[in-house]
Amino acid sequence: MTKILLRGGRLIDPSDGTDETLDLLVVDGAIASRGSGIERPSDALIVDATGKVVAPGLVDMHVHLREPGREDEETIASGAAAAAHGGVTSLAAMPNTDPPIDTPSWVEYVKNAEAAVRVHPIAATTVGRKGENLTEMAELAEAGAVAFSDDGSPVRSALVMRRALEYAAMVGRPIISHSEDTDLAANGVMNEGLASTIAGLKPVPAAAEEIAVSRDIILAGATGARLHVAHVSTAGSVELVRRAKADGIAVTCETCPHYFTLNDNDVRSYDTNLRVNPPLRGEADVAAIVRGISDGTIDAIASDHAPHSIEEKQVEFDAAPPGMIGLETLLPLTTTHLVRKGAIDLPRAVELLSTRPASILGIEAGTLAPGAPGDVAVIDPDWTWKLSGDWIRSKSKNSPFVGATLLGRVVLTLSRGEIAFEEERHAGGSAVADHQEAPAERQDIPVRS
Amino acid sequence: MCFAQCLGEEQVSWTRKHLLGLEGVHRDEILTILDTAARFREVLDRPVKKVPTLRGVTIVNLFFEPSTRTRMSFELAEKRLSADTLNFSASTSSVKKGETLRDTARNIEAMKVDIVVMRHSAPGAPHFLSRHIDASIINAGDGAHEHPTQALLDLFTMRERLGGLGGKRVTILGDIRHSRVVRSNLWGLKALGAEVTLCGPSTLMPVEVEQLEVRVTTELREAIEDADVVNILRIQRERQDGCFLPSLREYTKLFGIDRERVADMRPDALIMHPGPINRGVELAPDVADGERSVILDQVTNGVAVRMAIVYLVSRIRAAERIEEPEILAEVKP
Repeated sequence: MTKILLRGGRLIDPSDGTDETLDLLVVDGAIASRGSGIERPSDALIVDATGKVVAPGLVDMHVHLREPGREDEETIASGAAAAAHGGVTSLAAMPNTDPPIDTPSWVEYVKNAEAAVRVHPIAATTVGRKGENLTEMAELAEAGAVAFSDDGSPVRSALVMRRALEYAAMVGRPIISHSEDTDLAANGVMNEGLASTIAGLKPVPAAAEEIAVSRDIILAGATGARLHVAHVSTAGSVELVRRAKADGIAVTCETCPHYFTLNDNDVRSYDTNLRVNPPLRGEADVAAIVRGISDGTIDAIASDHAPHSIEEKQVEFDAAPPGMIGLETLLPLTTTHLVRKGAIDLPRAVELLSTRPASILGIEAGTLAPGAPGDVAVIDPDWTWKLSGDWIRSKSKNSPFVGATLLGRVVLTLSRGEIAFEEERHAGGSAVADHQEAPAERQDIPVRS
Repeated sequence: MCFAQCLGEEQVSWTRKHLLGLEGVHRDEILTILDTAARFREVLDRPVKKVPTLRGVTIVNLFFEPSTRTRMSFELAEKRLSADTLNFSASTSSVKKGETLRDTARNIEAMKVDIVVMRHSAPGAPHFLSRHIDASIINAGDGAHEHPTQALLDLFTMRERLGGLGGKRVTILGDIRHSRVVRSNLWGLKALGAEVTLCGPSTLMPVEVEQLEVRVTTELREAIEDADVVNILRIQRERQDGCFLPSLREYTKLFGIDRERVADMRPDALIMHPGPINRGVELAPDVADGERSVILDQVTNGVAVRMAIVYLVSRIRAAERIEEPEILAEVKP
């Protein structure tokens, strides 16, 4: 039985609006109590969280683990370790593996795999992700599927999408839509705009996303089912979701850090780590995404963590598979680009990264209320550091942010009350200690450099 | 006698290791290339069309896409300069068989090649290569991105006929969207102060191109009537398939240049084409072979321009080598 007392941190819990300096006691896998000056149980580990943010463990609702099929790129275990390194204690795994997760036994395989954090399987919407026949959603939900998605490829037929929404609503799960009109996208590899005109790369217009978002919103409205739009990237999509919400349609959406940090002009470097789907958009889209995050239109920030081997990415731009890793940079990119710039405050960041995605997925996470699972992220919001490839624990290193200077970093992750990740050199020594000595003056030392 | 010495006395403003495109290439750099090419152009009219300038320099022509004239033009340019040349024609299918561009290139580099002249269907492929190997890269066309030597030979031909390009009106006509020739021409023409008009069907016009300070129109007459140069692009038959064009017949009717259209142009306007020509589609045969046409001059000038580029890039490599410690000195007795 592990007891951990986190002392003197800024405790942020968006589930009940808490934002104050409080101690937090985690006992036997769950939040035991919180308050000022909690008595140290004799056998408890003490964490001095002074100057740190103590938040519910992050919930990344859009992750690609490559197991089964491409274990060279990521396994469930390696992805979960990367998650813990990034403060993510619950992740939702997309089903576009090989074979895809479209049967109860595969759902159980993902759910029960050895992992440092909670892995919640998302099951395929259609059998084999082919967009034709619905999966056995009731049994998949019973086996542990938290949502259904054919992410990576859109459900092309409006009829199939309609039936999927209706059926998923019956089993009480949302459909997560990869909204893309592939005919209009026409195998494009970058956003259509001046940058694509100059770069000569095949363009994909914003309309390819927005037409599909419109369709899916209309179907959600018509069926009353719950729709979650994945990786929203354009100004038009944000506006469509904003209006749908105003109309009372049960739609939620997420965006990813790369859609508020990078734009299509960056793609002119032909760096294949910048090839993502949907593509990096124009400056005006980036501004609209930030506005959507600020005003609450966008519910969640997810990584769309998509590991790819170096061999697969060291090719011509249009031959590279889309996707970048992101589990470990989810928080730092949010703090660096949104919190530091004043677009949102830290409590709103925690809501976007934890509380809200937990409620969309209907999982036990995103709160530090007594009795809740002992999933905690301790964040140093003032740590300026440089991301190096060696620091990344994911099996794949396909991040365009390697070399970037970031502000804010997770220093301790508790998953079900146990230490899942602990910053080694933080605070001039161990972050977790069994005594209460004040830590030495911390220096901003890039870890392992 | 020594060509390098003749040129060395002049102000040569070229310090680039690679020629990946004309975007960002300064006016002085372009003029250096054109002036250098003018000197090489004289060589081509000599009875012995060869100079020993690049003896010992090894150049590989790495063509991942079928090309006849550009590859021949480069090969001839390299041979006229006495470089050792290798031709590597990789079909895209061999890439599909498993060998990556990086591996292909590294294998070639292991053979101690100084310069890679590269044609590839993927935009950015030469940029990718330049990050992975030490040889200088000359872009001989990368997808719909750039084709800098084609633009340079176009500029050379225009300058030869018009004197200079400042204030001259140049119209580029045809499939603007898919053309690497357009993009390179655009940067080069702007650098030299020309006014550019792009004309073609709306489906073949890339978005937001007007932001590059060019005139964009779908009206052929408007595009050609006051032009000093009309540069006509090849229209590819495949463009009917992606529903870009209803038919080549209608394309010819709307945008084809024939004798009647020539009558709308200024009497001294030049007609150019990067080749190969679809006779009777974008250009009528009698116009292609007519007195306004400088199409064959472009081909001749292409060799001179490519000699200039290969020479200037080699010159930079030689200069860099001199600055490095003399490794051979240690093994010499």
